[in-house]
Amino acid sequence: MNAHNSTIGTLAGERLDRREFVATLLDRAPEALVVTGLGSPSYDVFAAGERDRNFYLWGAMGAAVPTGLGLALARPDESVVVITGDGEQLMGIGALGSVAVKAPKNLTIVVLDNGHFGETGMQRSHSSLGADLAGIASSFGIARTERVRDIADVDHVAQIVTAREGTTFVQVFIEQTEPPRALPPRDGTAVKNKFRAALGLDTF
Amino acid sequence: MNSTVSAPGWQKSVFDVLREGDVKQIAYVPDAGHSYAIQAAIADPGIEDVVLTTEEEGVGVVSGAWLGGQRAVLLMQSSGVGNCVNMFSLLEMCKFPFLTLVTMRGEYAEFNPWQIPMGSTTQQALEIMGITVFRVDDPDQVGEVVSAAFDQAFLAGERVAVLLGQRLIGRKKWERK
Repeated sequence: MNAHNSTIGTLAGERLDRREFVATLLDRAPEALVVTGLGSPSYDVFAAGERDRNFYLWGAMGAAVPTGLGLALARPDESVVVITGDGEQLMGIGALGSVAVKAPKNLTIVVLDNGHFGETGMQRSHSSLGADLAGIASSFGIARTERVRDIADVDHVAQIVTAREGTTFVQVFIEQTEPPRALPPRDGTAVKNKFRAALGLDTF
Repeated sequence: MNSTVSAPGWQKSVFDVLREGDVKQIAYVPDAGHSYAIQAAIADPGIEDVVLTTEEEGVGVVSGAWLGGQRAVLLMQSSGVGNCVNMFSLLEMCKFPFLTLVTMRGEYAEFNPWQIPMGSTTQQALEIMGITVFRVDDPDQVGEVVSAAFDQAFLAGERVAVLLGQRLIGRKKWERK
């Protein structure tokens, strides 16, 4: 954690199993409200077990962090976690600037970074071509950024999520693997309604 | 807030509808026609003002707000509608109540031709993505039309845009003295 910039954005260093990291994080932060970016992060979160407090994106690439921002501002009493990938985050990279301005204490952004666009055939992304996502988040003004290369740090990330003490951007260096697909529900309206019901809210 | 003192009454009526409707988040990319609402949101401790780097972020922000039980509204200029097109699929797929207020460019006494391609197709772009479009050009009707759109969004759960005609905003002064 807190690696020096010299190792960031390269394939150097240890990389984690994405499913193990996500499952362990959600096990340690069971009450968190979770928004997932399209593609593998949605599958990772669903594979860890369906929860009413999950909101899965299957499209709208770039929407994960903005959706998490609106949710975090609406529910300061809850921990909100965005779990997305490097490609999805890159498409909505400016949203990190909008997050930095509002800086909701209860928002944690977790980017599962394998440096590739996994869903479309594992083409290299900017993250493995020189971009430093945690550095970008920091430069936008997000006060706290973490770089995770050790599965033991998952407890620390869970503590950040549950403490709600400041917006945090977490870049998790994951292996370039494609675990078995675990497909969450694609009916967005049903997912939305279930999510709201878990918060005691009507459909509209 | 000095500059809001002289803001046209129609701009104030927009914000009044939002505040009375219990809107808790106002997400925006600035435009002169939204200047009163933006400044009033910043000044109101009960409303979160969310400045965006691009309008499509606002589609996510207002959806997230609704997931958490709050009403939120997106303010933008007509060019921003084009930036949002794919992001509007989030609204359609999840049937989020949605209200956006769009100040128009490229349609009336426009000086800048670069505003015309998007300004002339703003309504169509919204409609092809499943958003109902209201329009107002008469300053005395702004409050009524925005209120009607508000109810359709948050009482009927629809996706609604209000186009605020360029004639409301008036001719832009291009010469600085």
